[in-house]
Amino acid sequence: MNGIREIMRSRAVPVILFTVLALVPVYAAVFDDRFLMLFATRILILAIAALSLDFILGLGAMVSFGHAAFIGLGAYAVGILAYHDIWAAWISFPAAILVCALFAAITGAISLKTRGVYFIMITLAFGQMAYYTATSLSAYGGDDGLTMWGRSEFLGTGLFENDTAFYCLVLAILLAAYVFLKVLAASRFGRVLKGAKQSEARLQAIGIDPFGYRLAAYVIAGSIAGIAGALLANQAEFVSPAYMSWHRSGELIVMVVLGGLGYLHGAILGAIAYLVFEEVLSHYTQHWRLIFGPLLILVVLYARGGILGAIKGKSS
Amino acid sequence: MSATLLAVQALNGLQLGVLLFLIAAGLTLVFGVMDFINLAHGVQYMLGAYLAVAMYQVTGTFWGALILGLVLSLVCGLALEFLIFRHLYDRDHLDQVLATFGVIIFVNEAVKVIWGAAPLALPGPALFDGSIQLMENLKYPVYRLALIGSGLAVAVLLYVLVTRTRIGMLVRAGATNPDMVAALGVNIRRLFMIVFGFGTMLAGFAGIMAAPILSVEPGMGDNLLILAFVVIVIGGIGSIRGAFIAALLIGLVDTLGRSMATDIARLLLPPSAANDVGPAIASMLIYILMAGVLFFRPSGLFPVGRS
Repeated sequence: MNGIREIMRSRAVPVILFTVLALVPVYAAVFDDRFLMLFATRILILAIAALSLDFILGLGAMVSFGHAAFIGLGAYAVGILAYHDIWAAWISFPAAILVCALFAAITGAISLKTRGVYFIMITLAFGQMAYYTATSLSAYGGDDGLTMWGRSEFLGTGLFENDTAFYCLVLAILLAAYVFLKVLAASRFGRVLKGAKQSEARLQAIGIDPFGYRLAAYVIAGSIAGIAGALLANQAEFVSPAYMSWHRSGELIVMVVLGGLGYLHGAILGAIAYLVFEEVLSHYTQHWRLIFGPLLILVVLYARGGILGAIKGKSS
Repeated sequence: MSATLLAVQALNGLQLGVLLFLIAAGLTLVFGVMDFINLAHGVQYMLGAYLAVAMYQVTGTFWGALILGLVLSLVCGLALEFLIFRHLYDRDHLDQVLATFGVIIFVNEAVKVIWGAAPLALPGPALFDGSIQLMENLKYPVYRLALIGSGLAVAVLLYVLVTRTRIGMLVRAGATNPDMVAALGVNIRRLFMIVFGFGTMLAGFAGIMAAPILSVEPGMGDNLLILAFVVIVIGGIGSIRGAFIAALLIGLVDTLGRSMATDIARLLLPPSAANDVGPAIASMLIYILMAGVLFFRPSGLFPVGRS
């Protein structure tokens, strides 16, 4: 009985979550709420990035403190191509993914040689490296960022132009990424990652070197965060080095932990909770960080397991 | 580039290195002894600067601001340790990163609320006013030389403290094997509070010393914090000697890199491209250095054996 209930519970949360997300455009259309549509789109884009971070952080225990760099790289790939009048999504999105995969492969190969705090610090350093590179790209706006005078085009359809269509596109990508990572997590690949988190020595004893698996996971996560960046550039029609600042990387970790580490849909819940919270608080006071900072500390100290931990109860 | 300019830049680099060392020393000791990763250490640097400005308004002298600023930095640091950090020692690094990130968010905003977002200034001491003729056509502000001198003096003091005194011996032992030190009857929590308080005071000292030459503004500690992390990672976490060497190395590489990269790029590239590539390479230089060091020495240049 308990087993069945467990499965029901573990499936129920993501099913309800995606159903609610799919109903957002309906609600927005009925109440003619354009702000909600735009805000929800932004949330889902960051949820894609948080999801990809959870894949390496939650499953593989790789505390990457430079994940925002991938968002920025993806966004800059789209922005720079648009600057040179290349608007076709079938060019810019693969370009964004390729750039991020390359960056992840090179930095990952170096970072993954280190462990623990050294890994946190070196990913942070690579993130800063991308950030400073972006600020010194004076041809593409440098510090001020780069305004895009439009959105990507997809075979002549207005997929990116129409708010509702764009939201549905983002939601579809989020769902696809979620299913893909979920399947990957359940596969042999995912089990090796989880095994490496528990004991690297045991894995090596049965003849598996986790380095390659970790690197592959790092590249996959980076590429998915790059897609999020490409979408973010389209949503804001603006690209800026601020996308890559280390505060952004910190926020992504907060989202993942807030939602509940290692479940993947927890990261989506965390992104929603974080951004809604920020939005609501900033309505009351411009100094919402005064409330948010202590709250974050309290969550870390007393509410382990995040939102999903609270849903599942103390039993898990 | 002339020899004079090179000398000025080397002094500027040394000055950045000294500031970095003051911040990194506390960070690396705290990490070495307690395995505690404190992102909020940069906040201590910022608080030091702000508290000194506030105390300057009260006392009207730099020296009063310096002493009261140091005392208040220590109080703030110990308060944070008591309220938050001591509950995090047994947690994993992820929790420590998150909670101290929360502290950064809070303190940066609190500083904005109390002192406003506009940059403030702290006048330097009259004693070190003016410039001194170092070489033919090279004048350098006395205050900056005093900053370098005081930083080096602190480094020597720390070295003596860590290698020659009983408490230093305990700190070194704690960094190698904290459980054994605790088992031998040393109150490791109290030892840690001392180390932590000392570290926050050093960061506060760096902030106060930097205040007269840099602008005092919210978030001023964030960039230096990242650089300090680069320093302790290159030097080997827990090693004071490593932090010192790495801090000077980073300070010099960063400063000289920024002033020379564009000129070097011009040798290879057309001027317009060089103006773009130069600054980009310069700001990446220290991170490339760090990646290079970690690639060959994954535990830094002076790894502390931890059992």
